[in-house]
Amino acid sequence: MDVILLQLLNGLDKGGAYALIALGLTLIFGTLGVVNFAHGALFMLGAFCAVTFNKLLSLEVVTMDPTKTTAWGSPMEIRTPYVEAMLGDFGTWMLNYSVPMSILLAVPVMLLIGFIMERGLIKHFYKRPHADQILVTFGLAIVLQEIIKAIYGANPIPQSAPELVRGAADIGSIFGFDPGVIVYPYWRMVYLAFAGAVIAAVFAFLQFTTFGMVVRAGMADRDTVGLLGINIERRFTVVFAIAAVVAGLAGVMYTPILPPDYHMGMDFLVLSFVVVVVGGMGSLPGAVAAGFLLGILQSFASMNEVKAILPGIDQIIIYLVAVVILLVRPRGLMGRKGVMEN
Amino acid sequence: MTSKTSPMRDWIFFVVFAIAVLTMPIWLAPVGAGYPDLLQKFMIYGLFATGFNLLFGLTGYLSFGHAAFLGVGSYSAVWTFKLLGMNPVPAAFVAVVTSGIFALLIGYVSLRRSGIYFSILTLAFAQMSYNLAYSVLTPITNGETGLRVLRSDPRLFDSSNAVDGPLIANLFGIEMTGYAGFYFCAIVLLIAFFIAQRIFRSPFGIMLRAVKTNQNRMNYTGLNPRPYTLAAFVISGMYAGLAGALLCITDPLAGAERMQWTASGEVVLMTILGGAGTLLGPIFGAALIKYFENIFSAFNDQTLHEIFGFLPDFLEVPVVAVTSLFVGEGWHLTLGVLFMLIVIFLPGGLMEGFSRIGRLFKRSSGKSDSSGAAAPAE
Repeated sequence: MDVILLQLLNGLDKGGAYALIALGLTLIFGTLGVVNFAHGALFMLGAFCAVTFNKLLSLEVVTMDPTKTTAWGSPMEIRTPYVEAMLGDFGTWMLNYSVPMSILLAVPVMLLIGFIMERGLIKHFYKRPHADQILVTFGLAIVLQEIIKAIYGANPIPQSAPELVRGAADIGSIFGFDPGVIVYPYWRMVYLAFAGAVIAAVFAFLQFTTFGMVVRAGMADRDTVGLLGINIERRFTVVFAIAAVVAGLAGVMYTPILPPDYHMGMDFLVLSFVVVVVGGMGSLPGAVAAGFLLGILQSFASMNEVKAILPGIDQIIIYLVAVVILLVRPRGLMGRKGVMEN
Repeated sequence: MTSKTSPMRDWIFFVVFAIAVLTMPIWLAPVGAGYPDLLQKFMIYGLFATGFNLLFGLTGYLSFGHAAFLGVGSYSAVWTFKLLGMNPVPAAFVAVVTSGIFALLIGYVSLRRSGIYFSILTLAFAQMSYNLAYSVLTPITNGETGLRVLRSDPRLFDSSNAVDGPLIANLFGIEMTGYAGFYFCAIVLLIAFFIAQRIFRSPFGIMLRAVKTNQNRMNYTGLNPRPYTLAAFVISGMYAGLAGALLCITDPLAGAERMQWTASGEVVLMTILGGAGTLLGPIFGAALIKYFENIFSAFNDQTLHEIFGFLPDFLEVPVVAVTSLFVGEGWHLTLGVLFMLIVIFLPGGLMEGFSRIGRLFKRSSGKSDSSGAAAPAE
């Protein structure tokens, strides 16, 4: 029982990341009808917003301290980050909270990137075949990831969570299990709550605002909405930018869990596409459900007990589930009829 | 896909192509590509892309998992070396058969769906094969180290046991390295190209194009497209397996990274770059990518400074800084940019570009032909 609960929890944070990326992918697909292979790259760009923010904050000023000397007798160099030198304790606090604070940087940056991408490139591909859309966004993903590689190098850059949430909680003891059995890092809880909040915000936005209503109408029947005199294209630009922000935020908050490197986007993209397809192309609740489902399944499959019976299952479980679901339920878990079948 | 075809023209086309391929070491030497290792790569990846094109170019089914067949072909070739000996012919044969069976299994399942679902299914199968080759199947694939032929292997029909030095595939005494290896690959490519040409012109090929153009209409005429697409998928998988075998024949080592989805992406790139649905395009695209990969990744800041040495200093430094992003380690950036430009402006690939230029000349000489010689391929 306790083992199952632990695996359930472990699967949730990965599932949260899958769900967030898949949500954006589905949003773009459902409204714009574009298959965006560059969505993983947006996730990666978000993560590198956090890296950049942290690098900016930790720019250091070098001062000499004449009272102390090094082993060689020269004055000791003291390196203090500018923010600490200028803002004192608040600067230290900022450095500590650099990951959550980089959301402030990531939101405008991702909005801008999403806007430029849609207006500059995707817009011209609405009427082209899906194969062309896949190919051009695939090319874009390569370009984005190579640019990041050229700037930040090929090695992963670890980011640390704020000190307050750095450790792990023994949450098993709360529910009456033996202490030390179910230990779960605080940051993963934060991530989970964050993913839930973002998902809820996106759904609320689509469900309760006039803008969201138009977007939903556009997803259902784009031509009719256009005929009603609504400039659906402009809304779609905003939708694309929102999807980019969602992917970017997922990336920012994921940095303490997985040190970002340039190809993390591609790694997540393949899985997210599987998630989207399993959930059903064009179904937002399907994407979220499938994201968590596959995340949890993956963590169950990596249990030693399961691996003993079915060796290698942890490596292929996601793809296996995708194959089975696609063959048994061709439209995925919650897909609509007639979407993307030809 | 020229509008006017006749058996005679096809033969002339094939003979010209064969001569061009066999004389490659001569006419590619001035551009720095006249050495056997690179020429072998041209042939092998040309074969791979030709096979991929038989599926994607004709039926429009975009497979994102073709590297799996390349990998299966490689592994079975190395195993044939290990068990039977270093002769490339049985290795190639076994590779074609196993990858064909593998393609039949995957194709039978994947082709039940079309569109992006098909792409995802093939991708899923390829990733499964890759992950398994790395983990559980290590006894067969030798995992991360890669599978190689060892001196202690049985090699039943091999006489070269006494010879020292590295084990190299040899065809009845001819070692498959250098130019011998290139000509072996070239002949295999020519045979494969000839078969591909026959398929393009056959009723079977026309059926496959019908699948791409309008599957509904095909269903209404009472034809079931699936046997045709499955046959195309299997043939395409066999081509990939053969290419994988050739990779091992020229260098007897098989690694799992050949099956990764980036490798599948590469063959898609080659085909699109050259022109999907054309006979020559994929080979052209493969050669171009391998050529630039070789040339560009060899550049470094030093050579760039030499190239731009004629510029004044204040210009030279920024120019070198910018171009160095695109060469050497950053060669993939060039590839990505090139690829995007092709998809955006020339969806039919370079072959469409050529035929556009060709039409431009025709028009200026008075004969305008607006029907379009090459239909833009997806």
